[in-house]
Amino acid sequence: MHIPDGYLSPATCATMFAAAAPFWYVAGQRIKKTLNMRMVPLLSVFAAFSFIIMMFNLPLPGGTTGHATGVAIATIVLGPWGSMIAVSVALVIQAVFFGDGGILAIGANCFNIAIVGSLVAHWVYQGVAGKSPLTAKRRVVAAALAGYLAINVAAFITAVEFGVQPLWFTDAAGTPLYAPYGLNIAIPAMMIGHLTIAGLAELLVTAGVVAYLQRSDVSLLSFNSLVATTADAGGWNGSRRLWGIIAALMVLSPLGLLAAGTAWGEWSAADLVSGTGTSPVLAQAPTGLARLAEFWSAPLANYNLPFVAHEQFGYIMAAVVGTGVIILVFVLVGIISERLRKRNSAT
Amino acid sequence: MGGEAHHGKKRGNFVQRTIDSLAEAMERSLYAEQLASSRGILQNLDPRTKLIGTLLLIATAASARTISVVIGLAVVAFGFALLSRISFATLRPIWIGMFVFSGMIGLPALFLVPGPILATIPGLGWHISATGLRSAAFLILRSEISITLSFIMITTTLWTHILKSLRIFGIPTLIVVILSMTYRYIFLMLQSASDMFEARQSRVIGKLPGNEARRLAAATVGVLLSKSFQLSNDVFMAMQSRGFRGEVYILDEFVLSTRDYVAMLVIALICGLGIWFGIIVT
Repeated sequence: MHIPDGYLSPATCATMFAAAAPFWYVAGQRIKKTLNMRMVPLLSVFAAFSFIIMMFNLPLPGGTTGHATGVAIATIVLGPWGSMIAVSVALVIQAVFFGDGGILAIGANCFNIAIVGSLVAHWVYQGVAGKSPLTAKRRVVAAALAGYLAINVAAFITAVEFGVQPLWFTDAAGTPLYAPYGLNIAIPAMMIGHLTIAGLAELLVTAGVVAYLQRSDVSLLSFNSLVATTADAGGWNGSRRLWGIIAALMVLSPLGLLAAGTAWGEWSAADLVSGTGTSPVLAQAPTGLARLAEFWSAPLANYNLPFVAHEQFGYIMAAVVGTGVIILVFVLVGIISERLRKRNSAT
Repeated sequence: MGGEAHHGKKRGNFVQRTIDSLAEAMERSLYAEQLASSRGILQNLDPRTKLIGTLLLIATAASARTISVVIGLAVVAFGFALLSRISFATLRPIWIGMFVFSGMIGLPALFLVPGPILATIPGLGWHISATGLRSAAFLILRSEISITLSFIMITTTLWTHILKSLRIFGIPTLIVVILSMTYRYIFLMLQSASDMFEARQSRVIGKLPGNEARRLAAATVGVLLSKSFQLSNDVFMAMQSRGFRGEVYILDEFVLSTRDYVAMLVIALICGLGIWFGIIVT
């Protein structure tokens, strides 16, 4: 389902917009590079196509009907980046013109369905289909799995967004201000419907369409790989935008300071005794936790650098150091594996 | 995401149901365009005023932490609906639809959210908590406010104007053009899909068996996909032959008038009061 307004807090909606923005940006750049002027009509027509698919009533075994989102078909034909944009445009039009999904929740709906859905569908389809011929049965199975998993992962993320609302957003009397159910109810409630009806609808549509295209218009199934090969710019140029996004995220990292309390499930032993607003309050910290907590003392505990007085600047510095360490590890792993590969090929 | 299951009288006749939902979408948009061109207080406002006003009111309703402020904003949304000249018959299904949807999700909260007991259902022994009731009211009212305000905005504004005014948020012109072209193609494809289903419907006697119906649906989607691809190639060639080189220009003729400033002031006042009583004083 598309999340209406009122189910997610404005803070969550803003976060989801921020999470979706880099993907939209990268998708836009990649599509621009490969399709150039063809992009406008192609994405418009495919967005319209995604919109229409969401309106189809698909008969399911057992006599019920369900709607599919068409995100996996869009991914198989257009590739994940094109699909992200086309499905996002369809979702925006659904929300603005047809009231299906909230206006503030557009970012969340696009992130869950268009972005996560496209990425999952892409990985699953490519992973299962491998290098099999375009007309192979294996591609139908891959499409079925891609559709089913894409919609279920999207539903799971939606359920988590719902489930965290009562943990973080309540009034003084403890009234949940948005989606009222915790993760223990939100996740099963969402997943039961999606593992069965919605998942099945998506599975049948995706597999059915791929099987149909194999019989009647196989060129559409190869369009994506054509785009992918021309899109592979590689090197510094290809990843420059992503570096920019990482830098922006580092600068934005002090936003975490705005959140009250400690992230759910990340309480320290002291938090559990004093209470953080989100954590359960215990008479005494669990002995195992207290013992383990002393075992490791992080060099940048609570993302604070001891020698930096300004808290927000310290936060940014911690983000820079953390990201730097991660990049360094990957660079070292890269160098070592390259050396090993050379040594092996030499012998 | 999909997933709404439908049972009922029309069960099994999915072809007819799909035709109906496609036709309904077309009718609704035609009605919106017709109403947007009529004269009324809200119709005469600048689209940018309406877009920003709608967003501010929805965001205030979403941020308010007291139920009285949310109820107040629901009354404001209802007032705007009266001003917009939208018939009650058009608004009713939208309100009821959202009420049923949010009610289905919010109702169990009456029993599941712990809090002071307000009443007990006789026979079942289920307790309705005051906290649960307030929480369900927040959910239903906020979703109703948002859908009412956004519905008013789209039915009193030509969609091309809404899209144009999106540029004040720095949305690239290219995206605005894609959005506007998508909206047009939706109608073309609604028509194609509806024709395909009607053609099939007219040749079928009785009910299609389940697997046959699924094959039909998948084949229709497949045909639509091939058509989309063909269409996008044709449109591209048409655009290119008319001199399209990837640059998009939109004429901008919006001018703010006195009534826009008055409307902005009224909306700012409402949002200010909402924020004061709904967030700051709580």
